[in-house]
Amino acid sequence: MNVEVRLFATFRNGRFKKKNIEIVENETKVKDLLNELGIKEEEIALIIVNGMHSNVDRKLEEGDTLALFPPVAGG
Amino acid sequence: MYGYNGKYLRVNLTDGQIKVEDLNEELAMKFIGGRGLGTKMMMDEVDPNVDALSPENKLMVMTGPLTGTPAFTGGRYMVVTKSPLSGTIASSNSGGFWGAELKSAGYDAVIFEGKSEKPVYLSIEDDKVELKDASNLWGKYVSETTKELTKDAPKGTKVLAIGPGGENLSKIAAIMNDEDRAAGRSGVGAVMGSKNLKAIAVKGTGKVKVHDEAKLKELTKEKLAKIKENGVTGEGLPTYGTAVLVNILNELGSLPTNNFQKSQFNGGEEISGETLAEKYLIKNTACYRCPIACGRYVKMDDQEVGGPEYETLWAFGADCGLDDMKAIIKANYWCNEVGIDTISAGSTIAAAIELYEKGFIKEEELDGLKLEFGNGASIAEWVKRMGHREGLGDKMADGSYRLADGYGKPEFSMTVKKLEMPAYDPRGVQGQGLTYATSNRGGCHVRGYLVSPEILGLPEQLDRLSSEGKGTWGKIFQDLTASIDSLGMCLFTSFALGAEDYADYYNAICGTEHDANSILEAGDRIYNIEKLFNLEAGIKPEEDTLPKRLLEEVIPEGPSKGNVSKLSEMLPKYYAERGWTKEGIPTDEKLKALGLK
Ligand code: SF4
Repeated sequence: MNVEVRLFATFRNGRFKKKNIEIVENETKVKDLLNELGIKEEEIALIIVNGMHSNVDRKLEEGDTLALFPPVAGG
Repeated sequence: MYGYNGKYLRVNLTDGQIKVEDLNEELAMKFIGGRGLGTKMMMDEVDPNVDALSPENKLMVMTGPLTGTPAFTGGRYMVVTKSPLSGTIASSNSGGFWGAELKSAGYDAVIFEGKSEKPVYLSIEDDKVELKDASNLWGKYVSETTKELTKDAPKGTKVLAIGPGGENLSKIAAIMNDEDRAAGRSGVGAVMGSKNLKAIAVKGTGKVKVHDEAKLKELTKEKLAKIKENGVTGEGLPTYGTAVLVNILNELGSLPTNNFQKSQFNGGEEISGETLAEKYLIKNTACYRCPIACGRYVKMDDQEVGGPEYETLWAFGADCGLDDMKAIIKANYWCNEVGIDTISAGSTIAAAIELYEKGFIKEEELDGLKLEFGNGASIAEWVKRMGHREGLGDKMADGSYRLADGYGKPEFSMTVKKLEMPAYDPRGVQGQGLTYATSNRGGCHVRGYLVSPEILGLPEQLDRLSSEGKGTWGKIFQDLTASIDSLGMCLFTSFALGAEDYADYYNAICGTEHDANSILEAGDRIYNIEKLFNLEAGIKPEEDTLPKRLLEEVIPEGPSKGNVSKLSEMLPKYYAERGWTKEGIPTDEKLKALGLK
């Protein structure tokens, strides 16, 4: 099954902005994907799935959009 | 006194008299400085019902006790006056170097009264303080004015000035310092213009006295480590500035688009912090003693100019349906030159576009300039027309409320108390809607930035779509902000520091005996006195609200689809937290407890 992964800020360095990634059954949690992306759990500040805040244990489904942000801020 | 200089300047522009007065120590202890002390002095000296642009209003340029000390980010000053835009108390904060320079010259504040007959500027070189003719500067842009005033002045002179926006009494005019830093909001530039005061040039050679130097060194080391270790202040802000928020808010469907008609923008990536960094960034810039350096210098054709902040990218970008970074950089540049607030300017253009699209503004009023969502070619030109009050720009120069109201459609103005709201849709960030509605200066994000817990998860993640607990969070954030603003440090430090850190710093520098609770209590006191000023100025409690669009029209698409603001659920709990009546009026009991009665 396919999910769309969007990376932001420094996570883009040496990776990509947006990519469809195929994931295999039984390895559908957000944290299963991190290995493949080469991103450590503790580097992540925000996990957004389909526009809502989420976490590494979230199970992904076909067609989901996953966005990952390192610590950032503004105002 | 330590931290404070213990004296300030009082300049009567009507008769040209300049006096040095002693700071009231008791009041300084109670209201800290900057925003707090300024509001108290406004309360004592000015009738809140005064016409904001009349000589009877006063313009108080205030610093805090930590301004100009070795405290990091201690470069801030605050303009306190009555706002011509909202009719509320105005306190507009700015960084850069100007505030610290005023402290080095030996003053905690400059208070302007009356009105000069001719354009003047104030020149301060330590104890040599003079009003000088500014006829040749009147009409000049901010950068030109700054260059003129530093040309023959002692090296290191810092300039605060208005541009044509303030001179023309635009109710969204800013006061600029160090060329591209702005005390942007609430129309404080118009108050300066109404007094025929073009600029203040300051050079100081003194040093602010610190209570406990050794302790301060130790604390600075400790607090700096916190700033560096924190992901936001140590890495996020230095690398991307505030602009990195564009993609986050857009992902969450809470980036107001086309005058808040939608909340997700297709062109988000084009106007994002990532794009700004990749294609336009030249270098970071920092204010006085700031380790964070969130400022940006960017390319504009072959020039190097101050870069747009997140709010500005949103105001001219998503809110005007514009995905053209170059055009936004230009609009930002012209706001800085004519001296008008980028948030109010962008939001007013967005409202004008909607008024035109729906047939209220007529073609013949445009004088041939396009007024449409997504049109990058015309946007900087609209900014200039506002600054110079040309054509339709004349009506737009007083902000979106007066513009829309003039066409019988005030509901197209996305304002609270006539001040334009910034870049977070209250329907998708519920608590932020509460702090917009209850902010004492109107629609503003830096009076209780609940975006921090609701969007960024700092200090903990709250559910952005729920009204639960937001009253409590709102009050704490508002109170802490009021204290930080009054101390003279930058609000961005609060991503890494808490109330006790500010108390430590304040104590080491000024010899005070604060703790986290008393810092929050001082903030509460400041919040209440601001509210009292507003009530006396005739601002009604029921103006603690949001535009009808946000209360009644659901977000039409995207991840926050179907939501309206739950303000009516949050307000009663917020008022209860504040110890106010359910109508939102401070009780006698509360005021007594805070020493305000
Ligand atoms: S964090 Fe940014 S705005 Fe604040 S003092 Fe530093 S450079 Fe200035």
